[in-house]
Amino acid sequence: MATNVLNSLNTALHKMLSEDPRVVVLGEDLLDPYAGAFKVTKGLSTKFPERILTTPLSEAGFTALGAGMAIRGLRPVVEIMFGDFLMLAADQIVNHIGKYRWMYNDQVRVPLVIRTPMGGRRGYGPTHSQTLEKHFIGAPGWHVVAPSPFHEPGTLLYRAVLEDDDPVLFIENKAMYARPVREAPAEGRLGDFHARTTSGTYPTVTLSFDSFSRADVTLVAYGGMAELAETAAEQLLMREEIFCEVVVPASLSPLDLDPILDSLRRTGKLVVCEEGTRTAGWGAELIAAVSARAFELLHAPPLRVAAEDLPIANTSTLETAILPQLEDIDQAVLRVCANSRRVTTR
Amino acid sequence: MSIPGEAPLTPAYRNNEIRERLYAQMALIRRFEQQILDLFAAGELFGTTHCYIGQEANAVGIINHLVPRDIIFSSHRCHGHFLARTGKADLLMAELMGRATGLVGGRGGSQHICYENFYSNGVQGGIVPTATGMALAEKMQGTGAIATVFMGDGTLGEGLVYEAFNLASLWSAPILFVIENNRWSQSTPVEKQLAGSMLARGRAFGIDSGEIESTDAEELYNYFGAIINKVRREQRPHLEVIHTYRLCHHSKSDDMRPAEEIELHRQSEPLPKLRSRLSQEVADRIDEEACAKVERAVIWARQQPFPSPVKLGTGSTAGVFNPSAGHGTAPQV
Repeated sequence: MATNVLNSLNTALHKMLSEDPRVVVLGEDLLDPYAGAFKVTKGLSTKFPERILTTPLSEAGFTALGAGMAIRGLRPVVEIMFGDFLMLAADQIVNHIGKYRWMYNDQVRVPLVIRTPMGGRRGYGPTHSQTLEKHFIGAPGWHVVAPSPFHEPGTLLYRAVLEDDDPVLFIENKAMYARPVREAPAEGRLGDFHARTTSGTYPTVTLSFDSFSRADVTLVAYGGMAELAETAAEQLLMREEIFCEVVVPASLSPLDLDPILDSLRRTGKLVVCEEGTRTAGWGAELIAAVSARAFELLHAPPLRVAAEDLPIANTSTLETAILPQLEDIDQAVLRVCANSRRVTTR
Repeated sequence: MSIPGEAPLTPAYRNNEIRERLYAQMALIRRFEQQILDLFAAGELFGTTHCYIGQEANAVGIINHLVPRDIIFSSHRCHGHFLARTGKADLLMAELMGRATGLVGGRGGSQHICYENFYSNGVQGGIVPTATGMALAEKMQGTGAIATVFMGDGTLGEGLVYEAFNLASLWSAPILFVIENNRWSQSTPVEKQLAGSMLARGRAFGIDSGEIESTDAEELYNYFGAIINKVRREQRPHLEVIHTYRLCHHSKSDDMRPAEEIELHRQSEPLPKLRSRLSQEVADRIDEEACAKVERAVIWARQQPFPSPVKLGTGSTAGVFNPSAGHGTAPQV
């Protein structure tokens, strides 16, 4: 039976705690039987009582504690119960943790992982539904990583904790926890798609309908938006015969542009999907970087699919209107095709 | 059984060697700080600095009880703590001059330094829980090391300090919280920025807390020996307030405190106090050595190269959208 994202992460935590005595986990309400608001830490405190530290409501405090532990030889994993609460630790993230290695001229390492559930679509309202990682992209010193169901999330977390010597902000889209993991192969089939996965610690997955020979639009999406983009691609193929390639990076920052440019060489048309607010978002940065690096590849103005620049409402009609939906991706693809300066050759 | 790192308490009033050491460290700190104020005035240094003039007795009274593995986390006003710990005036001077061979290669400057187990950072409050985490990591790894974190009266306004007190007490971190109450938070007197009691702040969290009003290095040295041994032995936090006074500007050219108040405190300056207990000959020799050491540091630092902008990259990769363009650089257009 295929595992889901939640179990993949939980299994990875069990594995790293068994293998490496330097791993400690800090966060709110982590102890069994409650085991964290989303149960990612289930069973850990029973098995490793000394290394699962349930904390007071002190996000900045225990994040800083984790940083101190990391500098002094441990491998701490900090859980922030809701991604929205990352802002309570923002001074630590920006002014302290991300700076230490560089500011101290490479004399220290801060191998700290902050993992946190992000995202909406569950009716949690304005302060428990946001997608805030864009605020930390470009904060020096940090790696921002977001697994998708096309990655093995537990493997990425294991690498972030034990193989990455720099601080990692590990974003878990909360609507994704129950989704089955469908890890893409390095090169091969994944359902109706042909998949390609880059090498490296936090790889990028690219999905194509026909072995990467023909495509009309490059759809870039990460985390919880990845499966939405996949569904949009399937729908657009059936209904419009538009071939989308879906590019799913796990590393939001730094971002490997190469697989995106590789797809753009086939499509010339770019749509970037994110669940965070649109203005000054990840998509804006990506489009700027693509334009600077390879403007000649673009045959139409790139488009963004993102949340409205509004707080996220509690009630479902408003939440749906504020967050990016399947329909928005669909419309953006049609628009980018309509705006294309090049007639698509079929 | 002795605890690793635990120092035997020395009857310092009868120990000339310790008295001379304390005085020599204070003389070095004082000379260094005066020198950098002069260098700022002469336009040789960039940015800003926060001098330790008047507070020297605190650093030497505490730090001489620490063992090499022990951690010190200091703040924006870190030169005194660093010099008491290492004596490396040359490396600090080169850092202040922005040179490649400075403590952190010119990246940190006055407030952001690191050397072995010594760290400092310039944002108030955040260092306190970080030092607490360091202390806990040492405890979990059984090294016997403890942490000491220095903060001022102004830092007590930051909420993160109290998150750290709570966590340190809850998890028994072997850490000494030192509050150097120099009575002025930049330009704001303590009574205009702090309500209630400093000691009660520690005690509310179940942290043993004490206070001492002194600028006498020997008195502070004798006082802190037992406290540091206790933190090490009992492996739990302790808070200590030192009521002291800053005799210099907050940073530079920004002193608007009443002249008569400063004059009053000048009468209890730490250096003359200890100097009077040394022979004239010894004290003169120590002063000369401090001057010479700082002079050598200036000469050496001036000869050091500035860091090359080509070497921007080590240590940071975030925000790089084109890894092949190199670490820490914007995408090439």
